[in-house]
Amino acid sequence: MKWKNYLIMFIMLFVFWLLLNNSLEKEIVLLGFGISLVLPFLLCGKCEVFTNLSLSPKAILYSFLFLFTFLIALVKANFDVARRVLSPSLPINPGIVEVKTKLKSKIGRVILADSITLTPGTFTLEIIDDSIFVHWIDVQSTDIQENTKLIVSQFEKYLEVMYG
Amino acid sequence: MDTNILEIIGGSIAIAGSIFLLLGSIGLYRMPDAYNRIQAGTKASTLGTILSLLGLFFIFPSWFGKFMVLILFVLITNPVSSHVLARAAYHIMVPLTKLTQVDKWKERREIDESRKAHLRKVKIQKEGE
Repeated sequence: MKWKNYLIMFIMLFVFWLLLNNSLEKEIVLLGFGISLVLPFLLCGKCEVFTNLSLSPKAILYSFLFLFTFLIALVKANFDVARRVLSPSLPINPGIVEVKTKLKSKIGRVILADSITLTPGTFTLEIIDDSIFVHWIDVQSTDIQENTKLIVSQFEKYLEVMYG
Repeated sequence: MDTNILEIIGGSIAIAGSIFLLLGSIGLYRMPDAYNRIQAGTKASTLGTILSLLGLFFIFPSWFGKFMVLILFVLITNPVSSHVLARAAYHIMVPLTKLTQVDKWKERREIDESRKAHLRKVKIQKEGE
């Protein structure tokens, strides 16, 4: 279990090193390999953040699907904001609603909250236990179940496989 | 010739990004309260920054890695900062606009507080006995 965390940390550090250096010369790659091999042992005790991260092929496929859904939602969010800002009557209908999440792990919840923030008209105010309080620019209902379906479920189905 | 086309593509993407940034700042001005301003600010600035960086990538293709890292950084930090700002605003009781329809968090806190008050009362009564 512990080794998986080190492996993820190593991959992340190494990819960052390669992206920042932007070259595939032998010395640079080897130096980065060595440093990112050693650093996880110095930096993190157990790297518990990654404990729930699944590395199965399905999870990796789902993380790409998640990224795709997320980017579409981000673009939609921007056009939504643009429409609201530019229309003279300022069509907003704000409120704070409550939604429930099924995710248990901390990192899964963080990513869910971040994606809610970047999707059309919603952002996360607070998480208490399994309920997320969301500020919604265009409230459509006050029912918890319905709001959960509208706001959370599009990301949750991917994140559930990725983080559990 | 080739570089020219790339520069034109990159420039137009960067301009699209800056238009989103402009819309975001118009939103900051027009929205009625702090929370709605944060809504407009976060979304527009995220996509605006990403598009500007993408445009730069077309102009300087060799900087691909650095732009990727920057985009990742913006994607991670932007929602966190806006969440923290909004939460802080709520905790110091920055008022919600009059247009607000519903405030579930307040309801929840009232329920919690009344429950706590009730428990306190019961405890005092038990100690009295």
